Amino acid sequence: MAQYLILIYEAEEEYAAATPEVWQEVTEAHAKFGMDNEKAIAGGNALQPTGTATSIRSDGAGGFTVTDGPFAETKEALGGYYLVEAEDLDEAIAIAKQCPARFGGIEVRPIMVFS
Amino acid sequence: MPSPLRRHRGPPDHGVQLTRTDPALVATAVADAHRREWGFVLAATVRVTRDIDAAEECVQEAYARALTAWQESGIPAAPGAWLTTTARRRALDLMRRDALFRKAMPELVVDDVEPEPSLDGDDIPDDRLRLICTCCHPALAFEAQVALTLRLLCGLSTADVARAFLVSESTMAARLTRAKKKIAAARIPYRVPAIGELPERVTAVLEVVHLLFTTGHTAPVGDELVRGDLVERAIQLARMLYGLLPDSADVAGLLALLLLTDARRETRVDSAGGLVLLADQDRDRWDRGEIGEGIALVHKALIARPPSRYALQAAIAAVHAEAPSWEATDWSEIVGLYDVLAQVWPSPVVALNRAVAVGFADGPQAGLDALDELATEPQLAGYGYLPAARADFLRRLGRTEDAKLAYTEALHYTENTTERDFLEGRLAAL
Repeated sequence: MAQYLILIYEAEEEYAAATPEVWQEVTEAHAKFGMDNEKAIAGGNALQPTGTATSIRSDGAGGFTVTDGPFAETKEALGGYYLVEAEDLDEAIAIAKQCPARFGGIEVRPIMVFS
Repeated sequence: MPSPLRRHRGPPDHGVQLTRTDPALVATAVADAHRREWGFVLAATVRVTRDIDAAEECVQEAYARALTAWQESGIPAAPGAWLTTTARRRALDLMRRDALFRKAMPELVVDDVEPEPSLDGDDIPDDRLRLICTCCHPALAFEAQVALTLRLLCGLSTADVARAFLVSESTMAARLTRAKKKIAAARIPYRVPAIGELPERVTAVLEVVHLLFTTGHTAPVGDELVRGDLVERAIQLARMLYGLLPDSADVAGLLALLLLTDARRETRVDSAGGLVLLADQDRDRWDRGEIGEGIALVHKALIARPPSRYALQAAIAAVHAEAPSWEATDWSEIVGLYDVLAQVWPSPVVALNRAVAVGFADGPQAGLDALDELATEPQLAGYGYLPAARADFLRRLGRTEDAKLAYTEALHYTENTTERDFLEGRLAAL
């Protein structure tokens, strides 16, 4: 067994403009995804929009630069994630295909294991 | 009864041999086994090491040992089995001796593996389908899939793979290393996909084999039109897949397409190295063996509904192969096949080929009209075959000045020397 992070990248402006019906559908889709993959899911969260993000970078001299905004400005931003357990990449991809992401897509990353 | 996917080991070596086998014969046998058996031996060894790099080293060593061992003991009746047993034995030694070796790196995910692979059994499992499905996994970049397939299934050196794709050896080495790392770290499984996803995965494998063939069939850059080594590797891989998946109409279709296209290889270039078009090729010199085999496969491939793109392309090649001459070709049959192909596999290049066929079925003006409908197709911008086809129809219509312009445009987009010479010849003849 291995762990993978399912990263959900979507266009934030679509959510900002979404009607209550759309929100309802998205919430239901995630609830269904969660139930269908109950055994595999080890954790997960939705994130506040990138407008709330703060980026921190060391200046290399003991100080820090703290800036407003996400690390990279992209059309589709990280909006949430699930931590899942899967036997291999094929299984992780099969789970990721079920993950709701109507305004974008999913990235699957294996969790690094330190021995 | 052994399953068809298993292969018998050769008879046991019979101890002392009085005369040594000629080193030249041995070298030829080893080279031959390298070309034919590399993928088989490696696939069986990966299952033991669960690490591709380690398996490659063990297989390399087995081939090196064969060079001396076969001089002493004679060339075995089943060289592939000898090499596999030697490589697997070496792999087990390595792993027993260095228990840390196993822990040091992420292991390849292998299902239904024997806990301790037997080395003295009667047969060796054929794992080449596993290996090629891993190499052509959709989570790997397409160019990495192609490179891995050549390296691991065909045993080409990194330098040769680099040469085939016109990149530096260090670039290719980095590409291969990155792909192998991803296979291990992301746990791309060493497994034949489940029946449900097999067709999709086989499609990915066929795309890789097809690209190898087309790269060899018309080298994109350079002085030689055909790179025979790549063409033969591609046909060898297609044959291997057909042996492993004899019921797949898609695989039958691809093998048919490759054979029917390759049957014309010798006649595509004249004695001076100039390009000879299908219309002008000496059909008596087409390889009738390949054509016969290809046509039999086309019948099998066309059974699937809907037929695959390869089956349809092969059927088109079969119509050409059966025609006694260019003039006597059944062009309306070819246009009909392109119509179906455009439905199952729409692409601007298919539309272009269809337009050319229309020109032969209904005359050059009809062909020109069909081509002009594609003039604004963005994917054909910069594709030399479109102006070349226009030029040919314009020439037939006697529109010399327009034809000259079109040939000049085609030359602008063509980098293969043989194709350039042909276009320049046509331009000069106007």
